[in-house]
Amino acid sequence: MSEPYVSVARLDGIAMITVRADLADKAVVKAVKTSTGMTVPATASALMDGDSGLGWMSPDELLVVCPETERAATVDGLTANLSKSHALVVDVSDARAVFELKGAAVRDVLAKLVPTDTHTDALPQNALRRTRFGQVAGAFWFQDATTVRIVCFRSVADYMHRMLDQSTAAGSEVFAT
Amino acid sequence: MLTLDCPYCGLAKDETELSYGGEAHLKRHGPGSSAAEMEEYLFTRENPKGLHFERWRCSAGCGKWFHAARCTVTMEVFGTYAAQTFEPPAEIKKAITAKRPGWTWRNFQ
Amino acid sequence: MSTRLQTGGRLIDRTTAQEFTFNGKRFKGFAGDTLASGLLANDQMLMGRSFKYHRPRGVVASGAEEPNALFNMGEDGRFEPNARATTTELFDGLTAGSQNHFPSLEFDIGAINAKLSRFLPAGFYYKMFIHPRPFWKYVYEPFIRQSAGLGKAPKARDDDHYEHFYHHCDVAIVGGGIAGLRAALIAGQAGLRVLVLEQTAHWGGRGPVDGATVGGQPAADWVDATVADLSAMENVVMRTRTMGAGVYDHGYLLGYERVADHTPGDGRPRHRLWRVRTKQIVTATGAIERPLAFAGNDIPGVMLASAVRDYVVNYAVSPGDRTVVVTNNDDAYRTALAIKDAGLDVPAIIDARPEGGGALMAQAIEAGIRVETGKGIAKVKGGKRVTGVGICAQAGEGAVLETIPCDVVAMSGGWSPVVHLWSHCGGKLFWDDAAAMFRPDASKPPLGSDGAGFVTVVGSADGHLHTTDILANTADAMGALVKTLGAKPGKLPALSGEDMPEAPLAPVWMMPQGASYALRSKAWLDYQNDVKVSDVQLAAQEGFESVEHAKRYTTLGMATDQGKLSNINGLAILSQSLNSDIPSVGTTTFRPPYHPISMSSLAGEATRDLFQPIRKTPMHDWHDANGADWEPVGAWRRPYAFPRGHETVEDAVHREVLNTRERLGLLDASTLGKLIVKGPDAGKFLDMLYTNMMSTLKPGRCRYGLMCNENGFLVDDGVVARLDDDTFLCHTTSGGADSIHAHMEEWLQTEWWDWKVWVVNATEQYAQVAVVGPNARKVLEKIGGMNVSKEALPFMGWADGELGGIACRAYRISFSGELSYEIAVPANRGLEFWEMLVDAGQEFGVMPYGTEALHIMRAEKGFIMIGDETDGTVIPQDLGLHWAISKKKEDFLGKRAQQRSFMDNPDRWQLVGLETVDGSVLGDGMLAVADGSNENGQRNTQGRVTSTYHSPTLGRGIAMGLVKDGPDRMGEMLDFMKLDGLTVKAKIVDPVFFDPEGEKQNV
Repeated sequence: MSEPYVSVARLDGIAMITVRADLADKAVVKAVKTSTGMTVPATASALMDGDSGLGWMSPDELLVVCPETERAATVDGLTANLSKSHALVVDVSDARAVFELKGAAVRDVLAKLVPTDTHTDALPQNALRRTRFGQVAGAFWFQDATTVRIVCFRSVADYMHRMLDQSTAAGSEVFAT
Repeated sequence: MLTLDCPYCGLAKDETELSYGGEAHLKRHGPGSSAAEMEEYLFTRENPKGLHFERWRCSAGCGKWFHAARCTVTMEVFGTYAAQTFEPPAEIKKAITAKRPGWTWRNFQ
Repeated sequence: MSTRLQTGGRLIDRTTAQEFTFNGKRFKGFAGDTLASGLLANDQMLMGRSFKYHRPRGVVASGAEEPNALFNMGEDGRFEPNARATTTELFDGLTAGSQNHFPSLEFDIGAINAKLSRFLPAGFYYKMFIHPRPFWKYVYEPFIRQSAGLGKAPKARDDDHYEHFYHHCDVAIVGGGIAGLRAALIAGQAGLRVLVLEQTAHWGGRGPVDGATVGGQPAADWVDATVADLSAMENVVMRTRTMGAGVYDHGYLLGYERVADHTPGDGRPRHRLWRVRTKQIVTATGAIERPLAFAGNDIPGVMLASAVRDYVVNYAVSPGDRTVVVTNNDDAYRTALAIKDAGLDVPAIIDARPEGGGALMAQAIEAGIRVETGKGIAKVKGGKRVTGVGICAQAGEGAVLETIPCDVVAMSGGWSPVVHLWSHCGGKLFWDDAAAMFRPDASKPPLGSDGAGFVTVVGSADGHLHTTDILANTADAMGALVKTLGAKPGKLPALSGEDMPEAPLAPVWMMPQGASYALRSKAWLDYQNDVKVSDVQLAAQEGFESVEHAKRYTTLGMATDQGKLSNINGLAILSQSLNSDIPSVGTTTFRPPYHPISMSSLAGEATRDLFQPIRKTPMHDWHDANGADWEPVGAWRRPYAFPRGHETVEDAVHREVLNTRERLGLLDASTLGKLIVKGPDAGKFLDMLYTNMMSTLKPGRCRYGLMCNENGFLVDDGVVARLDDDTFLCHTTSGGADSIHAHMEEWLQTEWWDWKVWVVNATEQYAQVAVVGPNARKVLEKIGGMNVSKEALPFMGWADGELGGIACRAYRISFSGELSYEIAVPANRGLEFWEMLVDAGQEFGVMPYGTEALHIMRAEKGFIMIGDETDGTVIPQDLGLHWAISKKKEDFLGKRAQQRSFMDNPDRWQLVGLETVDGSVLGDGMLAVADGSNENGQRNTQGRVTSTYHSPTLGRGIAMGLVKDGPDRMGEMLDFMKLDGLTVKAKIVDPVFFDPEGEKQNV
């Protein structure tokens, strides 16, 4: 069997924290900045730097990504800094599975599974999209122009993995290269 | 298969990413309300051939509920707007009036 | 006979021979052939049998409109029925077989139906099979089933895989002929995102076959140059072998790409379904030639004139040595000329028009072809192959003037624009009397989300049959469309064609005009479903005047080709029979798909193990390795039981219950929903959601709660733990986590949006293990790390801590009536924790148990289960849960609804326990009968079983049920009706069968 035309890997060691708070609230933005050193991203976008970053999930939901080693400190920091605001900080690292797709045709692979417009005009590199992959909910963002990270619930990780493997199998390229 | 703009994501969402939530702008009646009010609240629904106000949820997206003003015959969408309101915002009403002058729907016009 | 010509064939590659098998015979073709051209090249004109009369049929067309040449294609895992020979690309090793005959294509017993055709007219089935009524089930239905369907259903699992592809663009163009390519160039140069789909393997459409000229160039050269230009544009996506299958609301277009039909087994997906969202759709789908209705027009060898031309020019296949051309328009003369060019004989052109044609007729005469004007075909001679035609005056009744021997009849009744895609989403048509065709009515287009039209039709699909018109129409329409999309048109020189002046077409719906009944009953309209001119006339006569009724009565256009050839002729005949005109009769509705597409392409990736997502807990693989018998719970898989060795599942359940009651059981409870609810208004919010009071719960404590919808019906239950002053953790049922999360969000977002409450679904963050049984505390103490004593962690309490080095939250809750802890640990450590408990529990007799043991133990305790005791019509009061309904609260969801008279009615069935007299197990859902019967003559009932099990603890059947006045009828006997009509007696008892004082759980 030949190599897949876009590589698929399930990643470990990436922690994820859900923050529910009004992202338009300056105090919340400031607390997030104090805790993570990062600015709350614009609507439907992400600010990612390697394994750390922030993702806009909804007007009152922020995804905080960090290495596993920084998880406890980040949860504690966010909880403390947001204690004066109406906010809920929940460690969801264990609830999620993370996949990384790598390859020039990465957008075509996405387009097999998500109804989102994946053209560069509609999906800039700083975009984060919450959508569905096949039949399950998921979110994705770009690490760089040809690398995408996908987050889904851990219970459907096997389903997601199989689906990504099938969609990246050699011979199923949508466009000749 | 519709596409609707989620007013929270600011993105056109495919119908398969959305969940339908029935008629918009229902008034909740609780304890103390009359039987007629409960009937109205629980069971009486508009079923228009034409303009309708509906609830949708960006369920495979940001998770937010929003409202859509839509024509059930032509599928024309006059606009979508946040759910935290008791009536359609003025710009939605204006957009409808431009296309369907003299429209009425329940108490709105 | 039909043969391969020595030279020519613009689509075939004579250097690549391909061997294929038809009905077991081996044939040779070339790369570029279709199965149809390959068969014709091997003198296989007889390709199938019709559906009703089993008449011998040959290929009529050369494209998607073909009604006759349908085959069982491939074998085993690649078997497919009803594949069209004309749209099947030949490949080496192809295997096909003909359909709908017995015992063979050449000799078919079913052909007796043809002899009986006089007795099998339209509506025969409806008239025949209605009486006598009892015959239906044992005589008629088996007979009809035997004869129904054309191809065989596949038996083997599909070997291939399929996929979807979501594509977004500004303009999607369907059709890659001259109009489509020109439209793509205009849109592409305007910088728009363009998608072009072509259903065949080749660009160019009919232009190159018909010898068209574009901008002074031969069409084929212009096509090559244009395709090259388009391929170089980054904003243009080009796709051959991809059919525009359907147009739907809001610019949704389905494209059906046959990726690997011609290269089976090469590992590529067989089909790819393009799910296109586009701002505008342009259909450049061309036109389809119409047959003429004359007697014997279905005999193999009678073909569309354009198809004959295609076979000769594209594939270098001669359908026969002597071809008679019959027409009502000029276009068919091209066929005669092409045949002549190929060195074959055209004995005559029969032109129904008294004046004949224009410049093309002159060319034909010049080429030495005999032209008969004002004539028609009275009758085709031949059986399995045309042997000649009898010609007559078109204006007459069919007296044969002369018989001309021939082996092919090339017919043309004019052209019908392919308006299907325009019509799918509501585009309207108008009847163009001069051209005798339905054309898209641009003033009534299908409407998009902005209320404006989103489909534009160009080229012959719009009714333009000449190159110059096609190019002009395309330029105009695309210019307007580019403007609509706000783009800037590029600079393109105007193009025109070189068209010969043509004489107008004369509508000919019956040949000859005054044909007798005998001729009309041999003049076919719908080849596949065997509908003749006489059938449509009979339908009209019997009152089926609406075109939709006539269609269903006669089955005209209801076959797999959906009437691509027959519709217009059929409704012309209908309108004549009704003394009406065609526009007032109208057309039937065009529905997607344009042409049949595979079911698997619609499923896409969702087949086999991807058919449905299966949710797995962190301990899933352990369960699997330890013999779990799986049960679906929502999308989750949960172990039903863990059979050991030769144990049956029932034995295992029995063992698991007793072991848990006597020693120690472990249950994977990870699937339980866990919603974190936080905020200053969280208590107030939960008071509205649950029927009980949650705001008074103390941190560190748990409370069982019920949730109802606004109709008052019970929807979910679970234990709520208060984590701190403004944070709660709400457990939901396994199936309810997502819906209850959505339910909470809905109320927060749409009703109480000023309340300060956040909800996070943390279900999958935790693996949860129920450690249950008299030894539960011992095993936790052995693992160690936190105080789990009665004092430190009392019943209905919870505590955070650590067990065996893993951070956890322990809840003292019990769904079994035993001493029980539910321990939540981070999901990533769930398996480790589970294995630790299994190891440490060995000395305490630990065994895992599944959902059935869980269900039995809860039923022994009289605990209700959502989905068993509830079905969407049950309120908590029905279940004796009054204690869980707060009387202090002014309001909660469902409170007012529960006060409605029907809910408040003392006659509602109420929860009780049921005990059979003989100790047997009642059937699930069994009804308790009452005296008398209702107005429908059905026996009255007074209760039903909601849960029923064999209780290993008690050694007999136990059940719960809802019974009228149940709680007041303790000790009474009820009769439950079994499926065999006998009854079984059961006594009404308290639903709590085991340990009613709760001594075991509270230790």
